[in-house]
Amino acid sequence: MNYGYPIRNKGLQKKIKPGETVIHVLLFLAGFISIFTTIGIVFVLGKDAWLFFRLPEVNLWDFLTGTSWQPHINKFGILPLFTSTLLTTAIAMTIAIPLGLAAAIYLSEYASQKARKIIKPTLELLAGIPTIVYGYFALTMVTPLLRSIFGANIVEIYNTGSAGLVMGILILPLVASICEDSLSAVPRTLRDAAYGLGATKLEVAIKIVLPAALSGISAAIILGITRAIGETMIVAVAAGAGPNLTLNPFKGAETMTGHIVRISGGDLSYDSIDYNSIFAIGLFLFLITLVLNIISQRIVRKYREVYE
Amino acid sequence: MNLISPVLETHNLNIYYGDFRAVTDVNIQIPRHKITAIIGPSGCGKSTLLRAFNRMNELVPNTHIEGEIIFEGQNLYGRDIDPVEVRYRIGMVFQKPNPFPKSIYENVAWAARIHGYRGNLDELVESSLTKAALWDEVKDILKQSALSLSGGQQQRLCIARAIAVQPEVILMDEPASALDPIATLKIEELMQSLKKDYTIVIVTHNMQQAARASDYTSMMMLAENTRSGTVIEFEETNTLFTRPKDKRTEDYVTGRFG
Repeated sequence: MNYGYPIRNKGLQKKIKPGETVIHVLLFLAGFISIFTTIGIVFVLGKDAWLFFRLPEVNLWDFLTGTSWQPHINKFGILPLFTSTLLTTAIAMTIAIPLGLAAAIYLSEYASQKARKIIKPTLELLAGIPTIVYGYFALTMVTPLLRSIFGANIVEIYNTGSAGLVMGILILPLVASICEDSLSAVPRTLRDAAYGLGATKLEVAIKIVLPAALSGISAAIILGITRAIGETMIVAVAAGAGPNLTLNPFKGAETMTGHIVRISGGDLSYDSIDYNSIFAIGLFLFLITLVLNIISQRIVRKYREVYE
Repeated sequence: MNLISPVLETHNLNIYYGDFRAVTDVNIQIPRHKITAIIGPSGCGKSTLLRAFNRMNELVPNTHIEGEIIFEGQNLYGRDIDPVEVRYRIGMVFQKPNPFPKSIYENVAWAARIHGYRGNLDELVESSLTKAALWDEVKDILKQSALSLSGGQQQRLCIARAIAVQPEVILMDEPASALDPIATLKIEELMQSLKKDYTIVIVTHNMQQAARASDYTSMMMLAENTRSGTVIEFEETNTLFTRPKDKRTEDYVTGRFG
């Protein structure tokens, strides 16, 4: 009865298919590796941070509110490191948000097919430049520029302003790309509706498409902030070494990531208080980015429901 | 057929997508304060023709037209004509209800704001929604999202939104094809009440709808050899459905086609 097929399983019972099982397991492992890595990171950070906070010289309250980070005299207040992270991030975002959004609106609403084909890959190329290159760009191009504009006696050689500006350029393509995706995802029919009412291109872009894409845009901004907070190489090279509690962008001030790089670059003995302190900073960083990621995921989920 | 003062008049209108001529040699006149239906099989260029009347086609890259469309004495495709101004006076309702993801109130008020409406916005919203036979259903929920309405209500909101701009012509592209029969009937009744103030052009592939709701009907068909659509017959609806001149029209309206 079976023309050309092997004899069929009359009882319709399950057949063992080894190929299916192997693939299933491999795919599961691929997914599990990232989960396992995250668990591992939390464990390592948590363990060493715990060793740090357990020490008699340290307490959590002073860690969170102390205004001075001087490990050699047992002062572990994270505020100077935290404020310079905030400062560089804020400067970066003042560059990345408006420019990224403007680029995204141009690409999604104005650019011809041809222009988009050239500009988008070029923009994404910016994101592919190694951050150490950006760091030296900040130090050898942007800092001298700032010094020539504002005066060499005002702008220090290492300063958060220059690092923040260059970080903004680094993050710009990320913000632009995600914003462009969410602007392009706004249905054509909404634009048609607005054009059909006699709206101009600018009115359609700013008053219809932009609000409809707002949740995607906020997600892009939060992802950009996360990236800026975690960015290391640029601030390590250009923002200055040494914690400094200041909001002056022309002064040098070490960020959390910059501090971790400098301390771990030196010859620290394992289990010393300095060594453990960088894990506490790392844990703090991890928690900030984790919270921001959760917020952006919430927003993205909401954004999926917007038009229906 | 020659009308005394048509609102829109096409002269040898050809519409192209790139090199492909989608619509060929259309010469029709759209009568004032009447409902004109454009019918014909799928893909024969009905929507393309309709969207030429308010220059919506050019939002798609690489479209162009030959010939002219005269609207109140002016060629809509003249060199100095701004498509934004054209669409301000010739409004459009689309196949799928497409309210903005804003409140019901804001949907109706939006276009009035961008055009600098000087009157009382609340009154405009109320009168537009009333004309669109939606006011009683939504008057207590104006601040709610338009997306919370049913499909039929959304489409009437889109009609209210078009009316609020006070255009002279309203183009409707299969406005009821995504709706159930009851919602469809409401839209058809609504069209009857609107025609005293507006000229309506409606594309439909529902022949009963054209027969029931329109005053004039334009029958479109693809040419056998070129695969390009054209108007093969344009008549008063009654005449076209009962005494069609063209054999193809007769076959189509009696359901014998294809």
